[in-house]
Amino acid sequence: MKILILGATSAIAEAVARKIASQHGELFLVARNGQTLEMISQDLIVRGATRVGQAVGDLTFQEKYTEWFEAADHFMKGIDVVLIAHGTLGEQRELEKDPDLAFDIFNVNFISAALLSQAAANYFEKGRRGVIAVLGSVAGDRGRQSNYFYGSAKAGLDQFLEGLRNRMFLSGVSVVTIKPGFVSTPMTAHLRKNFLFANPEVIASGILKAIVKKRDIVYLPWFWKYIMCVIKMIPEFIFKRLKL
Amino acid sequence: MTLKYPSLDWDHTIESWGKYPKSKSIVCSLGSRKQEFSQSVQGVEPELSYLAYGRGRSYGDSCLNDGNVLLSTEKLSRFISLDAQTGILKVEAGLTLKEVLDHIVPQGWFLPVVPGTQFVTIGGAIANDIHGKNHHVAGTFGCHVKSLELLRSDGSRRVCSLTQNQDWFKATVGGLGLTGIIIWAEIQLKKIACPWISRETLRFSHLDRFFEYTLDSDSKFEYTVGWMDCLSQGAQLGRGVFFRGNHLLLKDVSENKVKSDKIKTFPFNAPEFVLNRFSMKVFNTVYYHTHPSKKAELVHYRPFFFPLDGINHWNRLYGKRGFFQYQCVVPFEGTQSPIYDIIETFARSGLGSFLTVIKTFGQKPSPGLLSFPRPGVTLTLDVPNEGKKTLRVLERLDEKVVEAGGRVYPAKDARMSKESFQNYFPERAEFEKFKDPHFSSSFWRRVT
Repeated sequence: MKILILGATSAIAEAVARKIASQHGELFLVARNGQTLEMISQDLIVRGATRVGQAVGDLTFQEKYTEWFEAADHFMKGIDVVLIAHGTLGEQRELEKDPDLAFDIFNVNFISAALLSQAAANYFEKGRRGVIAVLGSVAGDRGRQSNYFYGSAKAGLDQFLEGLRNRMFLSGVSVVTIKPGFVSTPMTAHLRKNFLFANPEVIASGILKAIVKKRDIVYLPWFWKYIMCVIKMIPEFIFKRLKL
Repeated sequence: MTLKYPSLDWDHTIESWGKYPKSKSIVCSLGSRKQEFSQSVQGVEPELSYLAYGRGRSYGDSCLNDGNVLLSTEKLSRFISLDAQTGILKVEAGLTLKEVLDHIVPQGWFLPVVPGTQFVTIGGAIANDIHGKNHHVAGTFGCHVKSLELLRSDGSRRVCSLTQNQDWFKATVGGLGLTGIIIWAEIQLKKIACPWISRETLRFSHLDRFFEYTLDSDSKFEYTVGWMDCLSQGAQLGRGVFFRGNHLLLKDVSENKVKSDKIKTFPFNAPEFVLNRFSMKVFNTVYYHTHPSKKAELVHYRPFFFPLDGINHWNRLYGKRGFFQYQCVVPFEGTQSPIYDIIETFARSGLGSFLTVIKTFGQKPSPGLLSFPRPGVTLTLDVPNEGKKTLRVLERLDEKVVEAGGRVYPAKDARMSKESFQNYFPERAEFEKFKDPHFSSSFWRRVT
């Protein structure tokens, strides 16, 4: 598999990259932090990757998008899969007070992710094949007081991808929306976790499976599909009273 | 989605593998091998002490830091390089042996020393200077560490090896994590032809026979270990089953032969009446008699080295109260060995051990200052925690070990006295010079 990963230093993206490396895949990684990117590249090579290329850059710099796709295409002699994995949660309370911070949240989680998906679609359209996998979130399924900036950005992305999937259908290009639930980060490693938490490795396996099967929308782990189904059914006049 | 600050939360109840004692700590995470120390512990009150924490697989309290800070090495999980010519592997300290083995075995390499579980980290393997079934030929894990990086609480970093910062290297190997954090290490791997081990199983009816087998086998077999029924006495004192094996030298046995290694999980803490002297007696007797008196076969390395890894949370078998693992080494003096006295004392004590393991240690010295293995015989007992009675018996064993000039393994200990520790490890005074002043552990506060 030849994969371009945008936001390659995120925990979930790195877990996906490790699995692809152990299958001797080829990877091209883009992220802001060059030092981390370098450490990840070394790791992937030892884990068996055939080749690993990288570009350092901020994923909100739209003028770079074409350059990254060309670089990845040149480095791997083609691209099979584009994984868009960057995102920031932000501090809800601060976002409510600071429009600049709030703008960044929309920019990172919605605008840049949507435009990168479009760039990927434009790249794949000529070849009439390819998979665009994008990390959304269950948080996008319903607006909640605790993170409606992040949630609404992911909701917007969700709908954008729906449209893009529809647009690309006849071109044979797949658009996979991935909606993970709670994922354990190293910081929560020793919390008494409830059963809803999953490891990045589990999410990564699910992502790879969804890519191979060219699924449309996947909740990871699977049970979130049913949790969100129930949450979406709660009438708004009740939902607005809940502390979520 | 990463949190900006470490979770400064006292609600983290941490257990080691023996489930005793319980402890509470603030848990911080080391973000990457390049991260500054001060960044990892941002917001932590300065009077608290630190201790690196891998997977919590030490049995007692050497991996705990009750009322203080644990620094999780979970994120230090990247490979750095593997030289396909020399077999020198450079990895971050938070990788587990399983992650390393899964990757290197298909390429024809193996770790030079492995313990009874593959769920320990590289950093933990060095800090406890672990040993395995090949101690009689290979020595400890620390004997194969080419170099390591040590990060101290003052932010300094040192690359340590036998030629560079030699004193720091010796203090850190087997140093129980008290000299700072091991960030990465270079390890000399060994070449193998395939993942298979040719194993021979021999039953022995008395401890004397074990010594005959082990004397005969240690020169011909790389791996030797004995399982022992510690509840039988008299003419059957120390009867058991002896396992010995070598890496198979053939290449053509395919990996396909492995039965899928599905891992089962022990679902809950067993009620405490499950493990009693009677049930342990039954288990030990059945285990002894179901092994043929002699058998040779090919086995995959996983069941050979890590039989208990097949069941997640097997420690739950002992229930909420947890258990003690008691491992001592005493000089090897043939049938006069003090180990006879220790085994007899335990067999008569009224306590039981679910699994008892016996093995001879070889002559190869470890570079580690506080390293546990010494030439002699080592005995490991798994003893359910029955409170004072258990502590009393283990204390009596300590007296015998001290008398014999032996020592007890800190990585498995949750109860040895200050006096015993001083007796076992006179090197402690020298070690103190290298201990990080802001590092400590529940174990260290208990024995010093």
